[in-house]
Amino acid sequence: MKKVKAKVISQAELSDDIYDMWIESDLAATAKAGQFICVYPHNESILLPRPISICEADREKNILRIVYRVVGKGTKELSYYRDGGDINILGNLGNGFPLEEVAGKHVVLMGGGIGIPPMLQLAKDLKRAGEAEEITAIAGYRNDRLFLKEDMQKYVSVHVATEDGSVGTKGNVMDAMSALGIRADVIMACGPMPMLRAIKQYAKKEGCKAYISLEERMACGVGACLGCVCKTKEKDEHSHVNNARICTDGPVFNAQDVEI
Amino acid sequence: MNTKVTIAGVEFKNPVMTASGTFGSGMEYSQFVDLNRLGAVVTKGVANVPWEGNPTPRVAETYGGMLNAIGLQNPGVDVFIQRDIPFLKQYDTKIIVNVCGKTVEDYLEVVERLGDTEVDMLEINVSCPNVKEGAIAFGQKAGCLYDITSQIKKKAKQPVIMKLSPNVTDIAEMAAAAEAAGADALSLINTITGMKIDIHKRTFALANKTGGLSGPAIKPVAVRMVYQASRAVKIPIIGMGGIADTEDAIEFMLAGATAVAVGAMNFVNPYATAEMVEGIEKYMTKYQIEDINALVGAVE
Repeated sequence: MKKVKAKVISQAELSDDIYDMWIESDLAATAKAGQFICVYPHNESILLPRPISICEADREKNILRIVYRVVGKGTKELSYYRDGGDINILGNLGNGFPLEEVAGKHVVLMGGGIGIPPMLQLAKDLKRAGEAEEITAIAGYRNDRLFLKEDMQKYVSVHVATEDGSVGTKGNVMDAMSALGIRADVIMACGPMPMLRAIKQYAKKEGCKAYISLEERMACGVGACLGCVCKTKEKDEHSHVNNARICTDGPVFNAQDVEI
Repeated sequence: MNTKVTIAGVEFKNPVMTASGTFGSGMEYSQFVDLNRLGAVVTKGVANVPWEGNPTPRVAETYGGMLNAIGLQNPGVDVFIQRDIPFLKQYDTKIIVNVCGKTVEDYLEVVERLGDTEVDMLEINVSCPNVKEGAIAFGQKAGCLYDITSQIKKKAKQPVIMKLSPNVTDIAEMAAAAEAAGADALSLINTITGMKIDIHKRTFALANKTGGLSGPAIKPVAVRMVYQASRAVKIPIIGMGGIADTEDAIEFMLAGATAVAVGAMNFVNPYATAEMVEGIEKYMTKYQIEDINALVGAVE
């Protein structure tokens, strides 16, 4: 884990307010699917780093890719970065998805909106490991701007749900799952809280495993400030209360271990 | 060149410390900073029993600052003694434990439990704005501050630092009350109570509604209060409030602080404390200052 000044290789807008940035950094060499980096805006009136999930990591060429949504001043600034510019990042943070849980299983990757990006590296790594019996991805979008779908299709089959019904199943990823009759042994997911709640409930009912990546307002990103906690079912080993730190104990949790 | 400072008989190798609540017990930031370089690690607040803290969102960003309402989540003094003190003892730095409570008895229990441990000093948190009972209630009235300080002093085996709240009318009066009750040192400022509203969701940015403002935005307030407090008392002061770099640290010392602590800026620059230790030495070389203590309160 370190804070480094890295170089922006390129940046493009993928969809409404969704940007795709490629960064040259040796952090890529050790990045795991489901981990995140913190990006520090150059504007010093914006203090806190922005936690952004790793979308892709080219471990040989030392390239990180992040795909993020502009939601405020900090991410707005990031969207202005151009080729060759400096970017200050801290990484790699958090724990990735548990790849050891998939042998002989049907793994369903579910990404909703800006939760889709981490699913790309995950699809790549699962495919490369070759241990899962089958890998299916379901991506949920607002409309027909299907960012990252083609990238994911290089590794796994991708089903689509759109809120406006313009492509694939009308509705969310859970609607697509039931409409298509997909049955999962293991679900790995990232997306809005209502989606993650539905997945938790589904996994409990169906008796399958679900690993979900959570998000919360963060300050330090390294487990010191206790800003980004989530409620846990059991007492957390570190905090000795029913709170786990999303940054260091997560962001990926077994859905049944957290109260969401 | 002498960078050592002494507070209530405890000698620190340099005046750079961490501000409570921003550095855990040092474990996380030891990945970035060699804790041996620091004057002291000031821990996150420790209570007699584990505290859950507040619901999320617990943090929000503001211009040049941040609001937090963590609510003093902590694992309780037993875990702290068993896990965090041995961790910190591996390093050649001083340990200052921040103590919090909801009642006077809570504070006294923690103070007594820590009495036989190898911690160097206690910092009494009577200034956290984010818990419903206790904490700040003790730190906003001079009489209450006097009472709790004198009760803690009766039980404490280590020197006692009272951490003052800036959310008061007259900081000098509070500083004098703590000194009169026997406090060995003061630290200030804790965060300034603030609020942020999310206009898109039309709700409070923090689940607790209000939070404590920290970061560079509060620095001028902190410098002013350190100055006023230092002129009102004879006991040493640990200054904090938006300290980001060496220049800020020196400013606080000139205002009257014997030592300084880095808080929110650890989140912005995890190396800030170590860089400051080096920066202070460079400043002393540049201005040919032999003894760092010559800077304390030296503003004219």
